[in-house]
Amino acid sequence: MGERVGPLIPNEAKKRLIQVVGAENYDDTKAGRLVYSYDATPQFQSLPDAVIAPRNTKEVAEIAKICNEYRIPIVPRGSGTNLCAGTCPVEGGIVLLFNHMNRILEIDEENLTATVQPGVVTLDLAKAVEEKGLFYPPDPGSMKISTIGGNISENSGGLRGLKYGVTRDYVLGLEVVLANGDVVRTGGKLAKDVAGYDLTRLFVGSEGTLGIVTEATLKLIPMPETKQTMLALYQDLEAAARSVSKIIANKIIPATLEFLDQPTLEVVEDFARIGLPTNVKAVLLIEQDGPKEVVERDMKKMADICRAEQAVSVQLAGSEEEAEALRTARRAALSALARLKPTTILEDATVPRSEIAKMVKAINEIAEKYQLKICTFGHAGDGNLHPTCPTDARNREEMERVERAFEEIFAKAIELGGTITGEHGVGVMKAPYLEWKLGPAGIAAMKAVKQALDPNNIMNPGKVFAKSTRKRVVVTR
Amino acid sequence: MTTKTEQALIQKAFQERMDEDELLNCMRCGFCLPSCPTYIESGQQEAQSPRGRIALMKAVVDGLIEPDEDVERTLSLCLGCRACESVCPSGVRYGHLLEEARDIIAQHKKMPLPVRLIRKFVFAGLFPHQERMRKATALLGWYQRSGLQTLVRKTGLLRLLPASFRQMERVLPDVPTAKEMKNRPHRLTPDGAVKKRVAFFAGCLMDTMFLATNDATLRLLQLAGCEVIIPPSQGCCGALHGHGGEKEMAKELAKRNIAAFEQLDVDYIVTNAGGCGAFLLEYDHLLKDDPQWRERAAVFTAKIKDISEVLVELGFHQLPLRVAPQTVTYQDSCHLRNVMKTATAPRRLLQAIEGVDFREMQDADRCCGSAGIYNLMEPEMSMQILDHKMDMAKQTKATTIVTANPGCLLQMKLGIEREGLAENVRAVHIVDFLLEAAEGAQAEKEGTHLRQTS
Ligand SMILES: Cc1cc2nc3c(=O)[nH]c(=O)nc-3n(C[C@H](O)[C@H](O)[C@H](O)COP(=O)(O)OP(=O)(O)OC[C@H]3O[C@@H](n4cnc5c(N)ncnc54)[C@H](O)[C@@H]3O)c2cc1C
Ligand code: SF4
Ligand code: SF4
Repeated sequence: MGERVGPLIPNEAKKRLIQVVGAENYDDTKAGRLVYSYDATPQFQSLPDAVIAPRNTKEVAEIAKICNEYRIPIVPRGSGTNLCAGTCPVEGGIVLLFNHMNRILEIDEENLTATVQPGVVTLDLAKAVEEKGLFYPPDPGSMKISTIGGNISENSGGLRGLKYGVTRDYVLGLEVVLANGDVVRTGGKLAKDVAGYDLTRLFVGSEGTLGIVTEATLKLIPMPETKQTMLALYQDLEAAARSVSKIIANKIIPATLEFLDQPTLEVVEDFARIGLPTNVKAVLLIEQDGPKEVVERDMKKMADICRAEQAVSVQLAGSEEEAEALRTARRAALSALARLKPTTILEDATVPRSEIAKMVKAINEIAEKYQLKICTFGHAGDGNLHPTCPTDARNREEMERVERAFEEIFAKAIELGGTITGEHGVGVMKAPYLEWKLGPAGIAAMKAVKQALDPNNIMNPGKVFAKSTRKRVVVTR
Repeated sequence: MTTKTEQALIQKAFQERMDEDELLNCMRCGFCLPSCPTYIESGQQEAQSPRGRIALMKAVVDGLIEPDEDVERTLSLCLGCRACESVCPSGVRYGHLLEEARDIIAQHKKMPLPVRLIRKFVFAGLFPHQERMRKATALLGWYQRSGLQTLVRKTGLLRLLPASFRQMERVLPDVPTAKEMKNRPHRLTPDGAVKKRVAFFAGCLMDTMFLATNDATLRLLQLAGCEVIIPPSQGCCGALHGHGGEKEMAKELAKRNIAAFEQLDVDYIVTNAGGCGAFLLEYDHLLKDDPQWRERAAVFTAKIKDISEVLVELGFHQLPLRVAPQTVTYQDSCHLRNVMKTATAPRRLLQAIEGVDFREMQDADRCCGSAGIYNLMEPEMSMQILDHKMDMAKQTKATTIVTANPGCLLQMKLGIEREGLAENVRAVHIVDFLLEAAEGAQAEKEGTHLRQTS
């Protein structure tokens, strides 16, 4: 299509890139670029100069080499569901797609591993291993569409994070293309391996700033024998939050312990129509899996704890369909909140789980102070809350209040021993706050690593490290 | 090619007419992507996804991009199946956005003369006029019965037509004669007591080319205990116009239909074609800017109900129903499912039939690629989608594929032809199949043979 060449891609480079991937996998039409100018993060948009879909590691390596030579930024992109503007090409360059690299290469039933390409959709992997009686626990709310490459690079968590951990805990080995085109392999199928630095962990959660994941070996576990799901209803928000701490304090680790407040319940029910109660102040969605006796014992104990904390009712899901409907409803919470107002600002504050009740209380007070509607839901079991503010970006004055409110929320999270993001990553959104969490020495160490692996700063530039120290939550363009 | 001036006009109209709130409601979560057939079949290209299309429409409004041919291309490759709407947690009404965008483009773009003439003939000359539809159908009947069809097929004259039309020619149903199309009653009484009073929306194509299915629908309503009124002044629903960028004409047709039905004192207005039903159901949206008609439209739309819903409500599935033993699968009509929200009723009905071994096919709710005249306009994508559908259908080993919309029915027949399955597999409208089952049970009672609709 035409001779259009973005300002960052000289004609020469374009020619060479096309030689590598073929013209059909290189798109620099305006429409073709525009649809990769955004991700699920509200308010952000910036155009790449071209979009490239390589077919294998070799092509990725060639692309990296060319880009490194011409200093063209590379933004790897899975499904663009991240919430930190991680795939916005803020400095232009190319967006790298993994459409063609979406195969499950192997499910090794003897070693309990799966080896996959980065473009595999998380749910597809979960289903494929389930067919073999195996289990891949990480289940971000976006699992129906997000990719393994994206999950690894964001170190995504999910509804089962409390008991089973997050993506990091399941990545055994990686194949990564570095900025200069070198291909490194880290880890492997081994359960034990201490040869050298743990590069696997370094790349997990690096948000595409250190290299391009082209293959991953993931840990699988046997499918739990059985599982049960229940819903506890509360007329008091903090009572619900207290139940969370009590459950953990009683040495029960449920598979899922999710929190939804009333406004969230209302919109979720509006979408899912599965008969969720909308006349209560909060609900906990609780799930346990494992051997039958253990599940039954734990569920009973948790139900008792909830009742003791003034739950108005505790209901067990009657069937797997009913349980799945509840889970699906919970996963849709964020997008469903977008029904309320045109712009939805979602945050990701995490505190130690003992502090959940205090955090929930603080969020409500802050919302009241700034006269905002802030809905809260999240993975209460692991202390990860998503205070979410439905607003309208066109209302400047309100947006400023939103910004100030979220700053207070973050400050509160850190004060309670928490962090600014539990699972959504830093990207552009949280970059200005990173130093609050890491301190100058922490930032310097991270920068040293970045400099060593990507001296020309072509890998997803503009992410993680803030350009200025201005604090921003709600940045526009 | 759209010229720069045309692009400027289109852009301006986008800014004036597109619903900005609706565009902003998309929070770009991507939940809709896995449900979009064109996203899947294009090898996961964002530009062929709902999220991508919404982003492009918004970018045109925002002035970030001109409505160039690439933008147009993604909009014309959309099936309009609205599967994306059903799964969107934010409740974005994608269908309305698409309809508006297409209308703007069609109205401002100067199309080549032959295209304009064909459009004019189809949209203004043919579909709104039932007597012309009858004549055209009669002509087709004559073609089929006179031996001309055999001759044309033998001599290879068909090769003169584009492949997509050629394929369609093969699967068109044997149509009724002019005489059969004439005598339509205006009122029918039920077998037994009156349980409901309903009006029947006969449609244009359904009442000509698919007349037998309309007759079967009326029969089923009688069996279920309905008094049926068929107002003669009704006409084409306008879906083809609305989806094809002829909104004004669609509005005129809508008004005609509302006027035809509003004097009737009935419980429901029954439809038997998902595409028509869904369009009727949204007359209130179509006429939302017309203060005189908005209210009247709302009264009308509140009564629209698909035949299978009505039948289930009246307990038709508890009547004796029987067919020769066969494996049956059901292909959802997108608009019936995604707009009219009817998905369980047809399945309940089918499962109630003795002799039916019902097997759900994978992705039954995914568009078959028919989508109005999409299969003629975008044959390549359409056939790719159809091939996937047939793979899924084959896996069920079904010998009967049931559908609920004339377009889907033809597309399924086409799929069966393409796969060389015509010997063993048939496609049938649910209404015809239900009548076959009702008569089957009756025949058994009387000791006669079972009939099979083809
Ligand atoms: C409704 C909704 C619910 C969500 N729920 C959760 C949740 O419960 N838990 C959670 O943790 N997150 C959640 N998220 C956030 C998001 O889905 C996750 O971060 C997800 O892992 C992103 O996957 P993706 O394929 O869309 O990646 P993208 O968004 O495309 O990319 C994410 C990051 O990974 C990088 N990247 C992608 N592929 C590669 C690769 N092959 N090599 C190197 N870098 C790469 C990108 O550059 C970017 O920085 C949710 C998002 C939405 C919209
Ligand atoms: S599911 Fe809805 S909100 Fe999400 S991207 Fe699709 S249209 Fe937008
Ligand atoms: S209407 Fe159908 S084809 Fe069009 S974007 Fe929605 S799901 Fe895709």
